[in-house]
Amino acid sequence: MDFLSILSIFVLACFVGYYVVWSVTPALHTPLMAVTNAISSVIIVGALIAAAAAGSPGAKWLGLLAVVLASINIFGGFAVTQRMLAMYRKKERRS
Amino acid sequence: MAQHPDLIMSIAGPDATMLAGPNPGVEAATHSQPAWVVLAYLIAGVCFILALRRLSSPETSRRGNRLGMVGMAIAVVITLAVHDIASLLEISVAIAIGAVIGLTTARRIQMTAMPQLVAAFHSLVGLAAVLVGAAAFLNPDAFGILGDEGIHTVSRVEMALGVAIGAITFSGSVIAFLKLNGNMSGAPILLPGRHVLNIATLAGILGLVAYFTLDQSPWVFWTVTALSFVIGFLLIIPIGGADMPVVVSMLNSYSGWAAAAMGFTLGNSAMIITGALVGSSGAILSYIMCRAMNRSFISVIAGGFGGDAAASGGAAVINRPYRRGSAEDAAFLMKQAEQVIIVPGYGMAVAQAQHVLREMGDLLKKEGVRVKYAIHPVAGRMPGHMNVLLAEANVPYDEVFELEDINSEFAQTDVAFVIGANDVTNPAAKTDKSSPIFGMPILDVEKARTVLFVKRSMGGAGYAGVDNELFYRDNTMMLLADAKKMVEEIVKALA
Repeated sequence: MDFLSILSIFVLACFVGYYVVWSVTPALHTPLMAVTNAISSVIIVGALIAAAAAGSPGAKWLGLLAVVLASINIFGGFAVTQRMLAMYRKKERRS
Repeated sequence: MAQHPDLIMSIAGPDATMLAGPNPGVEAATHSQPAWVVLAYLIAGVCFILALRRLSSPETSRRGNRLGMVGMAIAVVITLAVHDIASLLEISVAIAIGAVIGLTTARRIQMTAMPQLVAAFHSLVGLAAVLVGAAAFLNPDAFGILGDEGIHTVSRVEMALGVAIGAITFSGSVIAFLKLNGNMSGAPILLPGRHVLNIATLAGILGLVAYFTLDQSPWVFWTVTALSFVIGFLLIIPIGGADMPVVVSMLNSYSGWAAAAMGFTLGNSAMIITGALVGSSGAILSYIMCRAMNRSFISVIAGGFGGDAAASGGAAVINRPYRRGSAEDAAFLMKQAEQVIIVPGYGMAVAQAQHVLREMGDLLKKEGVRVKYAIHPVAGRMPGHMNVLLAEANVPYDEVFELEDINSEFAQTDVAFVIGANDVTNPAAKTDKSSPIFGMPILDVEKARTVLFVKRSMGGAGYAGVDNELFYRDNTMMLLADAKKMVEEIVKALA
């Protein structure tokens, strides 16, 4: 992909983000932050590339450390979001 | 024109070679990947979009979260599948370490500590971005950004910006974490000449990023990194504890932009889509928080506003008469009521009073009282903080209302029960032009027939350091005690 295609994706994704986030109910703003935090750890893709590549041991170790950090976020972020979302319940209809 | 052919040549020259035919340097910049890989990353990106879209309602949100996990799994598996892995064992160990730490933290964390946790998680994304950027600088070939003359110019800018934003996210989030966690005072720390210092540092960073396109020596890269760590620190220390909802949202946004910048470097659509989503999400949340405080984003970022109640309170000497009530009085009043609206604030979170508050609500419902909860957008230390705490205490989410949905109901309400909130109920925001909170949208609890205020003591105003007129009104009853203890006593009186 050339720079302009990437830029197009980026700009359009910003608009998608704008509309999608406004549709999130305010009651779920904390889970929203937790889950956006988890997905921004997609940066692990870069970390994996650095960790996987031969050639520069320095880059490899930096990559591995980044893999650890991003994994903490991915597992922790999704798990804590799941835990929060599981707590949101509707009124039990007893009557 | 024709008289200067060599001049024209020298202008057209580089462009012509750029456009004409294969040039190995330009070719590498296209991040050539097989079509199915590109599509797979795109699918991961779409999963993330849907994950956020489904947060529009609690019912669909759980499936949305699982979709997010699927997207992440796709991105990781594809990356591992298409690269020659020289160190699969090490990578597996790294992921396992991260998984254990992440899952343990997620399971153990208290819901009241969610703001700190989110700040800590942001710092990790920031640091990961810095590390990835540094790795890309050390081993550009692995990232496909190496041309004939070193790293591609565009990639250099993307990389440097990614590292800078990542470093700001990291050090800023660390400070936010320390303030939220109470390791550091929430009071703003104001350095002399801080605006000049901050602007100079930012200008230095941008200047060096520009210079990096001309000179890719390591010192430029590392100086950008170091200055960015410093500016992240400088930007957050002057911001008071109560402005943290804006700060946490802003850092959320930054962590997204850092991921997006790295996505540009790698030409990876999943990273770019995610970065844009997270970036806009954080920006919108910051905007919502600022609007709810009637403050401009700039004034929050400039800092210096408020601090802990301890830092600002105590200054006002309070000797006006007020009505003080006991738990029994409160229980009696609420039992007689047709409708009670509970207004929780940060004080409820600090006292961990949400569970006993729900018990109180249940008992009132048994007496035939309609119970509702009203939440101000900036109640708590992060967006939606109160909603999570009430959900944790098993309060059904359809009893919890946002400001604009419930504000008109206070006039027909018998009792407004304010627990741990202050500024968000202060009528001075509407009437007193000189008040620092003037113009801030508030919950109209004053319109209720009776207002019950649970507060630790009469000293110590809210974070804005403003006295609340409401305390001294005839229809207000002050319940002075620790929030949790007071509600426990009310529960006893109701039972």
